[in-house]
Amino acid sequence: MLYKVHYTLLLPLLAWIFIHSAQNINAQNQGRVISFSQIDSLLHNTDDTLYVINFWATWCKPCVEELPIFEEINAKYTNQSVKVLLISLDFIQDKEKILLPFIKKKDIQSEIVLLKAENPNEWIDKVDSEWSGALPATLLINNQKKIRKFFEKQFKHEELQDIITQLLKSEL
Amino acid sequence: MKKLWFFSLLLCCLTCAHIYAADGLKVGDIAADFSLKNVDGSMISLKDYSSSKGIILIFTCNHCPFSKAYEDRIIQINKMYAEKGCPVIAINPNDEVSVPEDSYDNMKIRAKEKGFVFPYIQDATQQIAKTYGATRTPHVYVLKNNSGVFSIAYIGAIDDNHSDAENVKEKYLVNAIESLMQNKPASPDFTKAIGCSIKWKK
Repeated sequence: MLYKVHYTLLLPLLAWIFIHSAQNINAQNQGRVISFSQIDSLLHNTDDTLYVINFWATWCKPCVEELPIFEEINAKYTNQSVKVLLISLDFIQDKEKILLPFIKKKDIQSEIVLLKAENPNEWIDKVDSEWSGALPATLLINNQKKIRKFFEKQFKHEELQDIITQLLKSEL
Repeated sequence: MKKLWFFSLLLCCLTCAHIYAADGLKVGDIAADFSLKNVDGSMISLKDYSSSKGIILIFTCNHCPFSKAYEDRIIQINKMYAEKGCPVIAINPNDEVSVPEDSYDNMKIRAKEKGFVFPYIQDATQQIAKTYGATRTPHVYVLKNNSGVFSIAYIGAIDDNHSDAENVKEKYLVNAIESLMQNKPASPDFTKAIGCSIKWKK
């Protein structure tokens, strides 16, 4: 009997600790600094996942305006079919002062990384040759399904969702 | 029937014009002239620069952090090359309704604060940015004077490091100007950089 009581108490507690520690790890990881080579390997990833990769910055007004659209997509596809990655081009020195407080204040759930962007002239074309370098920019990519769509613009509401719905449909 | 022909022709012209504008000017193309208002109230045109070897035309603005990060470097480059016959013209293409910080009045304030000794003109209709194919700030066009006709010699970035002027490895713009001074083609003559999108009128 004592044994059973133990378990019923312990399991929710363990679950609670697990979830919260996982969330903490996630929160700690938000805004981590990465190099372009890490993005480049993602661009050559062959998982069956549609990566929605958005290049943005906290100081970019149209970028901030469209963030909720990416958050909706992120919340909607919790399985591996679609993965949102927000790549910030904020100044590296502004990480603690601007980027992290921004993520906290807006409670952004989509994964955010901070790109240490040395010589953009060498990597902008690797994201897409059509990209002039202006923000915001978004790449939809699933290498396994040979999907690659690039947009140098701010999305209107529903527009991105419609594109993703179409892409997922065409996969079937 | 005549009317229909006229409209088809007009539509065709408009479509072509649109495609042309979307692509913008390329290296080697003739630079489009303009007459735009400077912060001192005067009008600035390429033809005012007939005795210059070249012009460094920089699409920039007040609000964009990338533009701000480059302001001192732009001032420095003008200092280095204006006397040698290749001065800077800064041009703000942003819609001041979308970004009030980039209004003509705020341009005047910014130019005074930073002590710009070169023109800072407003592309109020955004036609020049569209014609050149500028998409971001800062976005640089180096123009070469060929006996009174300016052509595009370089398009792109100022250098390879927006956040830290001390750690620049590739001085793309300076190299392009040096080439122009020596009558050589720029190499590279086209580069890319991250920047703020130009805020187009809605």
